[in-house]
Amino acid sequence: MNWRSIWAIARKDLKEVQQNKAAWIPALVLPLIFAIVLPILFTVLPQVLPVEDIQRELGDMETLLKNLPPTIRAIFDGLKLEQMFVLYMTAFMLAPLFLIMPLMFSSVVGADSFVGERERKTMEALLYSPATDMELFLGKVLAALIPAISLSWLTYLVYIIVVNVASFNLFGRVWFPLPTWWPLMFWLTPAFALLGISATVMISARVKTFMEAYQLTGSLVVLVLGLVIGQATGVLYLGVETVMLVGTLIWILDVVLIRAGIRGFKRSMLITKL
Amino acid sequence: MSAVIEVNALARVFGQNRAVDGMTFHVEQGEVFGLLGPNGAGKTTTVRLLNGILPPSEGTARVFGLDPTTQGEDIRRRTGVLTETPALYERLSARENLEFFATLQAIPASDVSRRVDEILEFFELASRANDKVETFSKGMKQRLALARALIHRPPLLFLDEPTSGLDPEAAQQVNDLIENLTSANGQTVMLATHNLFEAQRLCDRVAIMNKGRILAMGSLKELSRKLWPVTWVDITFHVKPSENVAGSLKAQRGVIQASAEDEALAVQVENEDVIPEVVRHLINNGASILKVNPRDYTLEDIYFALQAGEA
Repeated sequence: MNWRSIWAIARKDLKEVQQNKAAWIPALVLPLIFAIVLPILFTVLPQVLPVEDIQRELGDMETLLKNLPPTIRAIFDGLKLEQMFVLYMTAFMLAPLFLIMPLMFSSVVGADSFVGERERKTMEALLYSPATDMELFLGKVLAALIPAISLSWLTYLVYIIVVNVASFNLFGRVWFPLPTWWPLMFWLTPAFALLGISATVMISARVKTFMEAYQLTGSLVVLVLGLVIGQATGVLYLGVETVMLVGTLIWILDVVLIRAGIRGFKRSMLITKL
Repeated sequence: MSAVIEVNALARVFGQNRAVDGMTFHVEQGEVFGLLGPNGAGKTTTVRLLNGILPPSEGTARVFGLDPTTQGEDIRRRTGVLTETPALYERLSARENLEFFATLQAIPASDVSRRVDEILEFFELASRANDKVETFSKGMKQRLALARALIHRPPLLFLDEPTSGLDPEAAQQVNDLIENLTSANGQTVMLATHNLFEAQRLCDRVAIMNKGRILAMGSLKELSRKLWPVTWVDITFHVKPSENVAGSLKAQRGVIQASAEDEALAVQVENEDVIPEVVRHLINNGASILKVNPRDYTLEDIYFALQAGEA
C-alpha cells in the first residue's frame, strides 16, 4: 500500500472540492443555522418572553420531562423553568439533528470525488496511473472523510461556544456540553460520516451526475429524522449507552457497505462507464 | 531491436460486440507504431488492454515482457498515456496537475518540483504554470496533457487521438512536439488515430483496423506494394517526343503499358527496378527527359482502398 499516493489523491480531491464553491457553499448554510441561529433562538427566547407563553406553545415542561429516562431526568432537578427549557432544547432536542452534518459534508465531497471525476472526464487519466484500485479508493474515501469529520467537529465547537455564551446570564457558568455529547461527537459522528461516504460510493456506481449522487445520498437523512422523532416521542433517548449502541450498529453497517464498495471499485468496471 | 509490445490473438468482448477481435502484432523499441481506423475500430480498447486497465477476453499481450492482466501497475509505471480528451483537473493549476501525477508516478518528493519546472519549460507552459487549467486554450491543454504523460520519462508512450479537436495550428504544434520526442529521445510510441496525414508523418509502421480486426500492417511502402504490386511512373519531357515512343516502350521487359500525351508519358511497370531501364531506353531513343516521377501512394489511398475492400 503506497500511502504517498493515497494522500496525493485525497489532497487533490480536497483542492478540487474547495474550488467547487457551488457544491459546498449551500452545504454550509445548515451548520450555520444549527450552530448559531437555533441555539441563540432557544436560549434567548425564555429570557425575553414570559415562560408561560413558551409553555403554552411547547406543552407542559413537566410532562415532557416525564418521558426522559431517570438518569437524564436527574440533570433537570433543581433548575428553574427557563433553565429547563434551554437545557431540554439545546442539549437534547437538537442533538440528533447534528448528525445531518457528517452525512451532508461526506456526501457533497464524496459525490464530487467519485461521480464528479467521471462527469468532468478526468477519471481516465487517473486510471492510467500506477496507483492500485485500493489506493484510488482509499484516497477518495479519505478526501470525503477528513472534511466531513473536521467540519462537523468545528460546528460542534461553535455550537458549544454559542450555547454557553447565550445562556450565561441564565446559568451563570459554562455548563455545556453534557456527557451524552462526547460519544455523539467522537463515536456517532465519524460513523455517520463514513456512512455518508459508503452510501455515496454505492450510489456513484449507478448514477451519472454529481447532483443525482448528492440527492440520493441525501435520503439517508431519514435515519436522522428517525432519531429526532424517537427522541421527541420518548421512544429512543440519546443517552450515553444509546449513542454507543447506535454508533456500533452504524460502524458495522459502514464496514459492510465499504467492503461492498471496494469490491465494486475496479478499474475495469470504472473505465467501461466513462 | 527488441519488441516492447507483443500481442497475440488478443480479443475483448463487450456483450455481443467484439471491440478487439484477434489482434496480433508487435512494436519494436524506438518505433512509432500507428493504429489507424474509424471510430469504434478498437484503437482505444487496445490501449486500455495493453495498460492493464481492461482484462482481455482472449489472447495474450506482453508489454516490456510483463502481463498487463496481472502486472498492470508495473506496466503503467513505464508507460505514459495521452488520453483522447485531455482529462485535466480544470479547477487546479498546470503545476498542481503535474505535481499530482508526478507523485502518483512515484517521482521522489525532493525531485517533483524540479521535474515539473523542467517539463513546463519544455512544453512552453512555464509562464502559465500557476494559472487554472480552465483558462487554457485547447492547444495548451493538449500540451499539458502530453507533459503529464511524459512527467516520469516513460520509455513507452501511448497517444490516443493526440490532435483531436485542435485547430490546424495547435495540431501542427502538437505533432512537432511528438516528432521531436521520437527523433531526439528514440521513444517508442503507439499512436491511435484516424488522422491519416498525422499517421503518415509520424509513424514508421501502421496497423489499419476495422471492427476490432487488423486489415493490414506494415510501413507505407510495404502496404503500397501489397495493395498495388505494379508501379506507375510519370515521365515529363523537355520537348514532345516522337509518336512511336510509347509503342517502343511496350516491347521493353517489365513494362505493362504506356500512354503518351503531349510532353507527358505514363508508364506502368512491374516494379521500381524497371524504371532505370525505361529511362535508359528513352534517352537512347533521343528523348529529352525533364522529370521522372514514380507515383507514390499516400496512407489515405491505402486506408480507403482497405476500408472499401472491407465494406
